[in-house]
Amino acid sequence: MLRPKLIKRESESLLARIAVPILSIILAFVCGWIFLYFSGFDPGESYLRMYQGAFGSRYAISETLVKAIPLALCGLGVSLAFRMKLWNIGAEGQFHMGALAASGVALSMGDLSAWMLLPLMFLAGFAAGGIWGAIPGALRAYWDVNETITSLMLNYVAILWVDFLVFGPWKDPSSMGFPLTPRFSVNGYLPTLGTSRVHIGLILALIIAIVVYIVLQYTRWGYEVRVVGESKVAARYAGMNVARHILLVMLISGGIAGLAGMIEVSGITHRLQQGISPGYGYTAIIVAWLARLNPFTILLVAFLFGALLVGGFSVQTFGISFSIVLVLQGAVLFFLLGGEIFLKNRLVWVREEVR
Amino acid sequence: MGSSAVIALLAAAIVAGTSILYAALGELITERSGILNLGVEGMMLVGAVLGFIFTSNTGNHWYGLLAAMVGGALMALIHAFISITLRGNQVVSGLALTMFGTGISGFLGKSYQGMPIVDPFRPVVIPFLGDIPVLGPIFFRHDVLVYISLLLAFVLWYILFRTHWGLSIRAVGENPAAADAVGINVSRVRYLCTILGGILAGLGGAYISLAYAPSWQENMTAGRGWIAVALVIFALWNPLRGILGSYLFGGIEALTFRLQTAGISISSFFLAMLPYLLTILVLVLVTIRLRQEAGAPAALGVAYDREER
Repeated sequence: MLRPKLIKRESESLLARIAVPILSIILAFVCGWIFLYFSGFDPGESYLRMYQGAFGSRYAISETLVKAIPLALCGLGVSLAFRMKLWNIGAEGQFHMGALAASGVALSMGDLSAWMLLPLMFLAGFAAGGIWGAIPGALRAYWDVNETITSLMLNYVAILWVDFLVFGPWKDPSSMGFPLTPRFSVNGYLPTLGTSRVHIGLILALIIAIVVYIVLQYTRWGYEVRVVGESKVAARYAGMNVARHILLVMLISGGIAGLAGMIEVSGITHRLQQGISPGYGYTAIIVAWLARLNPFTILLVAFLFGALLVGGFSVQTFGISFSIVLVLQGAVLFFLLGGEIFLKNRLVWVREEVR
Repeated sequence: MGSSAVIALLAAAIVAGTSILYAALGELITERSGILNLGVEGMMLVGAVLGFIFTSNTGNHWYGLLAAMVGGALMALIHAFISITLRGNQVVSGLALTMFGTGISGFLGKSYQGMPIVDPFRPVVIPFLGDIPVLGPIFFRHDVLVYISLLLAFVLWYILFRTHWGLSIRAVGENPAAADAVGINVSRVRYLCTILGGILAGLGGAYISLAYAPSWQENMTAGRGWIAVALVIFALWNPLRGILGSYLFGGIEALTFRLQTAGISISSFFLAMLPYLLTILVLVLVTIRLRQEAGAPAALGVAYDREER
């Protein structure tokens, strides 16, 4: 009888490193196919429409880019925390707080010139997201409180803060009851690239990816962060201040997600409103993991998942719930996690006597 | 607040806490075996939607409950396969489970949104006990699932701490290599505990859609799955302390609901933040205390590889 057996590899297989993520995405879509079929939809046509919605026209591609920008930034943010094996799953809340603070600046100081206003919004977004990340960071650093649960709980709190403001004090009196603030002054708009909706947040995401890469690879601090991620005990023996590293990484991680929020309100919605994020902060976790925390791969994967979001929106008119996007995202992660065993192991079939 | 209002509040706390109790008990057993499953929220949502769909189509809430348990078990099985057999990252797998469950439930429940329920679980007054002043209205006028959850907490406590099975589960969670050495099948124990966790999370979800707030709404668990995960820490992995924690959170939920309807001047958004802030607070307090006490199962979240013994 043939039986599967796993044999340890000497080093990680390069082929598996490339094949596993690609196969994971393909297999997730196969699962989605089966799921759609049994729900009474035509899977082929659904996928075709998703594809057209995400890539089918100049406008479609620009929308995909627009969604990829916050995903890339949130992904870069969480990847930094994941490097230290800190499970920051609060990017969604950090994004909301960044959007909230930037909106506060734009609404109260709208008569400043763009050269003053945008940097202020930028700082406010980073600071607010950073504080929101630093809270679970500090609790983890100094009291060893589980950061997974605290960072997640703060997501709900941040979203409720935004809801409170857009339904209450900041609500646009002429919004006919819709939960949104007045529009920012034009000085608070992020410049766009050409005539599209794509804004310079795209360039910013690129710059931050480069900065994250350089800092992690070539600075002493980046080196220490990687050491703490590998082994806290070793880092302590080497005299590193582990608690301060944890706090700082969570602060920067949250700050980058906060920037994503600032960029979304300043570049796209031009106001704060309810439901500004279709779960960017959660999708970013998959983006970071799929990219194996590499900053440049994160940009690429963010583009793919931006496409998935846009595709998911476009099949809603076809009667399919946007939830299909979450199903596909979850499935991608399952296959990816399951497939990781093939990075370090080789599957062989061994003949075994039937007893 | 008059005494009748206090009684009503305490009774409401029990009802509001029951779904969290089911989910927390499930996660507790899972974690005792050394597996961390952060997908409770997703499993609860699947339980809630399947419970509602099957009750609506059969007209019998017991079928709904059964479907919810099967759904929760299947979800947990995915997590078990990834974390036990394939030794994948348990934190990320749990997150994936939550996304997947949120997606599946939203997808399946789309056409059931806002539908009235046919056969919800209704409170029953227990003869004699229900008529006792004060205690009767607080404890003995609930639906049957409330009593089952309480009974379950005691049964699980007994199994964990007074039986051979329980010893095996705890051994696997503390030191899988040693458990393996004395002939316990580590994988099997972990699979069973993870699946039991899924069944109970599914039940907890169905309790919301069939008894607590009989209806289906997207994301209707509203973070209760995560609160349940935090509660396991609060309970110090002891089912009986889980009862206390669940009713504490149920109490907060019932209180905010009452304050909202009473038209208090605090914005309802801030009241809605309370359970989440309380979760963080409780977690901080317990973690600080935990340093002196026996804490989490030693092998929690760590995959067991026989060849690395």
